[in-house]
Amino acid sequence: MADIAVHDVDHAHTDHGAYEDHAPHATSTGLSNNKLSMWLFLGSECLLFGGLISTYMLYRGRHEAGPGPDQIFDIPLTSVSSFILLMSSLTMVLAVNSAKRKDDRNTSLWLTITALLGALFVGGQVYEFTSFYHEGLGFTTSLFGSSFYTLTGFHGVHVTLGIIMLMVVVFIMQRDRITGDKAEVVELVGLYWHFVDVVWVIIFTLVYLIPS
Amino acid sequence: MSAAVEHTDSATEANHDAHGHEHGHDGHVPKDSYFIKIAIILAVVTALETSTYWWPESLSAAATPALLIMMAIKFFMIVSIFMHLKFDSKIFSFMFYTGLGLAVFVYLVFLFTFQFFRT
Repeated sequence: MADIAVHDVDHAHTDHGAYEDHAPHATSTGLSNNKLSMWLFLGSECLLFGGLISTYMLYRGRHEAGPGPDQIFDIPLTSVSSFILLMSSLTMVLAVNSAKRKDDRNTSLWLTITALLGALFVGGQVYEFTSFYHEGLGFTTSLFGSSFYTLTGFHGVHVTLGIIMLMVVVFIMQRDRITGDKAEVVELVGLYWHFVDVVWVIIFTLVYLIPS
Repeated sequence: MSAAVEHTDSATEANHDAHGHEHGHDGHVPKDSYFIKIAIILAVVTALETSTYWWPESLSAAATPALLIMMAIKFFMIVSIFMHLKFDSKIFSFMFYTGLGLAVFVYLVFLFTFQFFRT
């Protein structure tokens, strides 16, 4: 009997090819439209960050009026920030797994830890911006400064929005206000969070580590 | 009904454990330990990336390609494993990689236009 049941579950997964432990959605694709929209949104975000990163690459050598990247970047500090954001991706994936197991307590716990790690990252970025400003790099000091603050600032805003989303999910989960599939809501926020992390992986290498 | 589903899940897990699988195929949820191992690999790669900052001058020519390779490894590990694209429907991969491919193409053209790669 158990064998038959296992076979049925496997068959359902194979038919729809989706990482979902529940019945297929009543849509023309058999997939969640919310998830499809989120992936489409993330695909479009690639264009936004692509524009910002390539503009920075073009202007990173234009710093006649102020300090350049080699003079102000603090690689050890940024490495710690990168590590923190990377670990927040792990805690996020653990939250998604807990949500799939319908373990609300651990889901809330991992989501809160993810938000705290994100806040730590944003705190590091605020500290970095402040010290750069004191070293003479303002937003309008040079093209390097403008493109650097725009790129990393946009990323920081995305992380901040992610933190707000995480805290809202924790809040409405604790009040049992989520209508529909709770695990999917956590997974959607998770996709956004991982994307923010993956953008930082690119920024960390192209902006901070590769010499100009 | 729910009891039957629970029984099915535990039977599926037992089946996996018997085969020593840490993550599933065709849509099964990977275990936490699998993600922790991936995170450790990502942390090691990040440490290697950071170490290039202190590489001697003689190795600086190798630093940029090494950094780009490590960046690509981290990117695809996060997207395919943490974001579950590896385990999920190919339609989601299509949605994301179309946007990514378009961005790479458009901005490479942009950078070539402004002679970014000219030495």
